[in-house]
Amino acid sequence: MNQDNPIIKLTKRSKVVSNKKMTLMEQFYLPAIFKGMLITFSHFFKKKTTIQYPEEQRPRSDIYRGLHVLKRDDEGRERCTACGLCALACPAEAITMVAAERKENEKHLYREEKYAAVYEINMLRCIFCGDCETACPKEAIFLTDRILPGNISRDNFIFGKDKLVEPMDARIDVSKRQTPEVLEFKKDKTQLHNK
Amino acid sequence: MDIEMIIYKLLLAIVILLVSLVVAMYSTLVERKFAGFFQDRLGPNRAGIFGILQPVADGVKLFFKEEFMPAKADKFLYILGPSLTMFVALLGSAVIPWSTSLNIGGKEFPLQVANINIGILYVFAVASVAVYGIMVGGWASNNKYSLLGAVRASSQMISYELAMGMSIIAIVMATGSLNLNDIVNNQHGLNWNVWHQPIGFFVFTICAFAECNRTPFDLPECEAELIGGYHTEYSSMKLGFYLFAEYINMFVSSAMISTLYFGGYNFPFMDQLGLSQNALALVGLVVFFAKISFFIFLFMWVRWTLPRFRYDQLMGFGWKSLLPFAILNVVVTGVIILLNK
Repeated sequence: MNQDNPIIKLTKRSKVVSNKKMTLMEQFYLPAIFKGMLITFSHFFKKKTTIQYPEEQRPRSDIYRGLHVLKRDDEGRERCTACGLCALACPAEAITMVAAERKENEKHLYREEKYAAVYEINMLRCIFCGDCETACPKEAIFLTDRILPGNISRDNFIFGKDKLVEPMDARIDVSKRQTPEVLEFKKDKTQLHNK
Repeated sequence: MDIEMIIYKLLLAIVILLVSLVVAMYSTLVERKFAGFFQDRLGPNRAGIFGILQPVADGVKLFFKEEFMPAKADKFLYILGPSLTMFVALLGSAVIPWSTSLNIGGKEFPLQVANINIGILYVFAVASVAVYGIMVGGWASNNKYSLLGAVRASSQMISYELAMGMSIIAIVMATGSLNLNDIVNNQHGLNWNVWHQPIGFFVFTICAFAECNRTPFDLPECEAELIGGYHTEYSSMKLGFYLFAEYINMFVSSAMISTLYFGGYNFPFMDQLGLSQNALALVGLVVFFAKISFFIFLFMWVRWTLPRFRYDQLMGFGWKSLLPFAILNVVVTGVIILLNK
């Protein structure tokens, strides 16, 4: 063996393969089968790894990229100004929006003079990359720790404002995704959309 | 036979059919649960408490699934296949002695539908018809993969039936009767055949696995090579019949193994307990079902332990190992009987 090239072992369980003839006992296979059955039987009583999903949830990272939310500001006004940067940043082209101009009596509803009359994300296209969140100059769209619920109809996967805008009485906490580093990045003037 | 007895036998037959169906139904759930346990997971537990409504849900799903029939299929045979399989699977339970007879009002009510002198031959006859269900189904589908699966099934079942018959012959020689009742009575108390015929027991059990098309002998269905096997072209409840018949077969096979080798309804110290005839019959029934449950568990245990054979290995094993062992067993049994005379 070459001294410079020791054999790398990935595990300690590797066995040397041999093509020796089986002994008579081994040819019967039954001892081996019983051994295997004992092994499976011992698993019968082992701790189960099942996670019972809706009731029980696997712990997720703080910055898990789940379902989107359109944030309101502290006065309950929608932050989105329908600039379209999220749709532009979206690599999957899942976001569509229709902009509208704010009326005089709607100042309590929308923070900016322009707002998204229609804001739709096609969840079947979305890849949950978080680029929309990064692109947003108004801190209006965030990804949350919520999980996309299943459905049996394709139409139900197009999430409009009714599902995306957070209700004021149940605001969604995204502070874990708003770390100082993220805020710093959002003000970074070398990024095109922050100029 | 008077009219009372005929009505009783009819009722008993219906009850046994229902029991086989319910046992088979719940075997599907138990199989899935056990598969989960063997693989460190929980298995189905959403439908009802502990998932006890899962078989019902499965059944409803199978009934409501799209019914598909290949355009070039032979319509009559296509429907005959699963029906035949199901029919034959249910027939086997007719001759099994479930327990000793009940004595109600001075009249004997045997817990066996048909006490015939050729019980074992009947079981074999029925078991060998089972292959037609699969063969006809595979042929009528007009699909080469189904046909290959069916051919595999028929050659496998015919090969293993030989060794199975040979292992039974040793028992028939030891008992001197083909009547299942005699065979069970001969194993009174703890005088079970498995102590006298261990090789026969192994051969019979292995062949029973092969006859039921259970892993490691589930060659007729193989997704990797045959897309599915003999039931590739079947959908909804016709497929359900094929899959369900497997569980009924498993139940009947377990009953046969218990009857032939583990004393059926006999249990140790059955004379010392001082039970009345009826109590003895009922306890015997419970004991018999306990034995059946154990063998059903064994079927599942083996299924989730062993991988499938390669086809040539399967044939080699049947013809070159099991059959010689079974014949050797017959010869040795014969010599021992001769020496004891």
